[in-house]
Amino acid sequence: MKAFRYHRPADVAEAVAVLAAEPRAAYLGGGTNLVDLMKLGVQRPDVLVDVTRLPLDTVEGLPDGGLRIGATVRNSDLAAHPVVRRDYPVLARALLAAASGQLRNMATTGGNLLQRTRCVYFQDTGKACNKREPGSGCAALHGQNRDLAVLDWSEQCVATHPSDLAVALAALDTVVEVHEADGPRDIPIADFYRSPGTHPERETTLARGALITAVRLAPLPAARRSTYLKVRDRASFAFAVGSVAAVLDLDGDVVRDVRLAYGAVAHRPWRAYRAEQELRGRPFSPELAARAADAELAEARPLRHNGFKLPLTRAITVRALTELASS
Amino acid sequence: MSTGAVGRAYPRLEGREKVTGTARYAVEYPVDGITYGWAVPSAVVRGRITRVDTSEALASPGVLAVLHHGNAPRLAPGPEPELWLLQEPTVHYRGQYVAVVVATSLEAAREGARLVRIDYDAASHSTVLTDDHPGLYQPDHVNPSYPTDTAEGDFDAGYAAAPVRVDVTYRTPAYHNNPMEPHATTAQWHDGRLLVHDSNQGASSVRATLAELFEVSPESVRVVAEHVGGGFGSKGYAKAAVVLTALAARHVDRPVKLALTRQQIFGPIGYRTPTIQRVRLASDADGRLTAICHDAISQTSTIREFAEQTAVYTRSMYAAPHRRTTHRLVRLDVPTPFWMRAPGECPGAYALESAMDELAIAVGIDPVELRIRNDTEVDPDQGRPFTSRNLVTCLREGAQRFGWADRDPTPRARRDGRWLVGTGVAGSSYPARARPSSARATARPDGSFLVQINATDIGTGARTAIWQVAADALGVPPERVEIHIGDSILPTAPVAGGSMGTASWSWAVIRAAQALREKLRDGGPPTGEVTAEADTADEVGGQPALPRYAYGAHFVEVRVDADTGEVRLNRMLGVFAAGRVVNPTTARSQLIGGMTMGLSMALHEEGLLDERYGDWVNHDLATYHITGCADVESIEAYWLDERDDELNPAGVKGIGEIGIVGAAAAVANAVHHATGVRIRELPIRLDKLIGVSDLA
Repeated sequence: MKAFRYHRPADVAEAVAVLAAEPRAAYLGGGTNLVDLMKLGVQRPDVLVDVTRLPLDTVEGLPDGGLRIGATVRNSDLAAHPVVRRDYPVLARALLAAASGQLRNMATTGGNLLQRTRCVYFQDTGKACNKREPGSGCAALHGQNRDLAVLDWSEQCVATHPSDLAVALAALDTVVEVHEADGPRDIPIADFYRSPGTHPERETTLARGALITAVRLAPLPAARRSTYLKVRDRASFAFAVGSVAAVLDLDGDVVRDVRLAYGAVAHRPWRAYRAEQELRGRPFSPELAARAADAELAEARPLRHNGFKLPLTRAITVRALTELASS
Repeated sequence: MSTGAVGRAYPRLEGREKVTGTARYAVEYPVDGITYGWAVPSAVVRGRITRVDTSEALASPGVLAVLHHGNAPRLAPGPEPELWLLQEPTVHYRGQYVAVVVATSLEAAREGARLVRIDYDAASHSTVLTDDHPGLYQPDHVNPSYPTDTAEGDFDAGYAAAPVRVDVTYRTPAYHNNPMEPHATTAQWHDGRLLVHDSNQGASSVRATLAELFEVSPESVRVVAEHVGGGFGSKGYAKAAVVLTALAARHVDRPVKLALTRQQIFGPIGYRTPTIQRVRLASDADGRLTAICHDAISQTSTIREFAEQTAVYTRSMYAAPHRRTTHRLVRLDVPTPFWMRAPGECPGAYALESAMDELAIAVGIDPVELRIRNDTEVDPDQGRPFTSRNLVTCLREGAQRFGWADRDPTPRARRDGRWLVGTGVAGSSYPARARPSSARATARPDGSFLVQINATDIGTGARTAIWQVAADALGVPPERVEIHIGDSILPTAPVAGGSMGTASWSWAVIRAAQALREKLRDGGPPTGEVTAEADTADEVGGQPALPRYAYGAHFVEVRVDADTGEVRLNRMLGVFAAGRVVNPTTARSQLIGGMTMGLSMALHEEGLLDERYGDWVNHDLATYHITGCADVESIEAYWLDERDDELNPAGVKGIGEIGIVGAAAAVANAVHHATGVRIRELPIRLDKLIGVSDLA
C-alpha cells in the first residue's frame, strides 16, 4: 500500500491547518473504514491526521435541552450513554444494530457519518466506479445491484450510504458542527449529504479539509418514543438491506408529529418528508403508515436486483410506527 | 484399548498456544532476511499478456523483484495445470496470478503490485453456468473415479407408470471456502533444498508436488504445517500460494513470505461449483420409491477438468427398482472449482433431500416416515449389504429428541406473532473411507513414548484424537505420549480431507504401536530408544470393497418474518451414526460446524458473479455473508454408540463432513413448512420471501 505520514495534532485548529496545507490528507478516526480502503488502494492519502485524541470525546447536555455529542465519542460509548438511551432511543438502537462490538469500540461519531459506500464496485480498483475514479463509469448500474439505491440515484452512481447512525441522526434534525479553515460552522444534517448527481465523488457539503467536531441534537421530547428497525441478510454484523428510524408523537390517536428516515435506499440517509406529511394530523393506523410509505416511495426507481427494497421499506415503516403507536 | 483415552473429552493439546497466540502459523515464523511477496491477479478473463512493464514497480521503494512469465524460474509441467504459474502468457480466468512482487516490507510489496503494468490481448469469455449451455458435455468420470452416469431398471417406464411423481430442479450458487487463515507460505531455499512453512491440509502431498514442479528430489523439500487455520478442502493439495512463494524465493535468493488476501482467495484457490440439479422421484401411493433420477450440471475450467460428483449421493441413499443418475459439465473461463466440505454429497443431498420432502407432501405422509419406508440394508449401487447403516435410528432418535411426533404437516399453519414457524427434516450420509498411511512409535528409557506421523490438524482436533488413539494402542496413559504431526520429515501420511484423516492416521499409529509393543515384549522401559514403524498400504489396499457409510438426520425449526421474509433458526438438531467417536469435545465441534456451514449454505452464502468482469464481486466477508451465531438460537449434535468392525482398527467413520450433508435441505424444508413457499434456488434470502403473507 502507499506509504503515508502520520500526524497527531495538538488541537482542532492545527488539525484543520494540516489539511489546508496538504492536498491529499485525511482525518483518521477509528479507522474502521479508512484503513481498509487504504489497504485496498481505494483511498490513498499522503498524510493521516489522527484526531482521536482531540478533546472531542464528551457527550454534554445543552441549556435548551438538546445534546452535543463530540466527534470522537466511540459508537459503543454513545450507545450506552444513559441520556441517549432515555431521550433518543432511536440513536442507541441504530448504533447497536451496526457492525460488531469490536468495531463499535473503535468507530467514532464523526467518522461514522463519513463512511464510504459498501458498493462492491467502489471497493474494487479493478472495476469501474465514478465515485472512486470520476469518469470511469458505474459498473453497478447494470451489475450486481441488489444492495444499492432505489431512490435519487443517477446514471453516474447508484450507491447507498452505509451508516445506521446517520439514518437516526437524519430523523432527529441534527446539526453537524464542523470546523473549517476560517472557523466553525453549523450544517443541518438535511444539508450535509449530497445526492450523487453527476459528481458522486462528492458525498457531503463539507468544505475540503473541514473537521466534524460534534453533532448537536435538538431537544425533541417526542424522541423518547422512537425506534430504529434494521433488516439485514443475517441476524448480526451486516449492513442494512432496509432500515427505518422513526419518532412518533401522538395526540390521542392523531399524529401530532412524526420523523422518519430510511437507510439502504439512497446515496444519503433518506429523510422521508413526504411520508411524514401523509401522517401528520391524521389518526394513526397501520394502513395510514403503509400509505405514507407508498407516498415516499412513489418516485423510487428500483434497479434490476433490488425491487424488494420497496415492499421491505414499506413493511418496516408500518412495523416501526405501529410499535411506537402501541407503546 | 485398555486405558480408555479414546472416547474421553480431552481439550485440544495445542489449545493454550492457540488462544494465547503463541501457536505459529505459516507466515508467523521469524526468518532472518525475510522478504514479502504479493500476488498480482490478471485483470482480464481470457486472453494473452502482450507486455509486462515492471519499471515503475521496480523503482518503488523496497521492491526487489517482479516475477512474471517472462522471467520466473521454470517449472516442470506437472499434473496440475493450475499450478503451472508464471510460465506462459496465457490468461485462463480473471484473478489468475500472473505476477508476484517481492519487497522488503509487506506494504512495499503491495504498492509494487499496484504499479506493475500489464497489457493484455483480451478475448471474449463465457463464465455463467446454464442448463442449455452449448458447451455441456459428459465427462469420462466424476470425482474421484466414479462412473459419470448410472442406470438400473428402466427409469422412464418406471417413472411414467407411477401414481405419485415429483419433477423439480434446484440451483445452488458458487460457494467460497473461507478458512480464517488464508493460503499462506514462508519459503526458503538453502543449497538447492527448499523449506516451506505452508498452510495446507497435507504436507506429504505438498512436498511431492513441489519436488515435481521444481525438479528436485522429495528429500530436498521439507513442508511444515504445524498449525493450520482451516481449509474446508481448499488446501487439500499444493495450491498457488506455495508455488508462487517458492518461485519468488528462488528468484530473489532470499526467504519470502506470501499470504493471499481475502479478496484473492475468492476463485483462484477453488470453490464449490454452482449446480443445476433436476430430480425426479416416483413412488407408489404409500410412498415406496419406484423410480429415482438425478441429473446434475456443474462447471469446470478450461485448463483442468473437475467433475463434482453431485449425484453420487443419490446412488446409495434410498432404494428403488428404476434408477438413473447423470453428470454433465461445462468448461467455462473460470478458475477450476475444487473441494469444499463434502464435495458432491453436500450439493447433491440438498437436492435429493429437498425432493424427498416434496414427495412426502405429494404422497401425504410424514417426511421422516417416508425416509424410513425407503431405507435399505443393501447398497442399491453396489448391490452389497452396508457394513452398518443406522439412518433409521438417527431419524427416530432425532425425531424423539426434537419432538417431531405431533407435527402437523400443513404448511403455513403456525404463527408466533409476526413469525411463521415451521420444521423440516433431512437425511445425511457420507462415505467412510481410509487411505494408506505410515507412522512411527518410539519408546524412551524414561517410560514415555513419541508418536510421529505427518498428519495435519487443520483446526479439527486431529492432533489430540491421534494422541488418544496412540495412548490406547500403546496401553499407557496419554500423559506419557508425545505426538508430532504436521511436518513432511515425519512418516508420510494422507491429507486431512474426505473425512478419512482420523481413520487413516489412526490405522497406521495403531499398527506402529502394536509393532513397538511386540519389540518391548518384556514390559518395562527400554535402556535406549526403541522404535517401530508401520505402513498400512497393503492392509488398506487389501480391504474388501464394501459399502461403508456414516449416516445422520437433521431436524430444524425456522421462523420466517411474515412481512420482511427474514429467516431465523430456532433450533437445529442433528443425530449421527459415525462409528466410534474418539473425542466428544472436538467431535461435537466438527458436527455443529458442518451443520452451521449447511445453514450458511441454505440462507446466506452466494458468490455473485458479474459476467462482464467474469469474477465474483462480493469477494470479502462483509459482502459474502457467512452465518453468525445470532442466526441460530440452539444447535445440538448427538451421536449413536455405533460399532462397525469392517471399518478400520480405530472403528471410526469420520465426522468432518457428515454434518453439512443434508443440513441445507432440512432448513429449506422447514422454510417451506413455515411459509408454504418452496424456494429451489439457494440461498433462501429475504428478497425471495418478502411479503410471504401474500404469497403461496
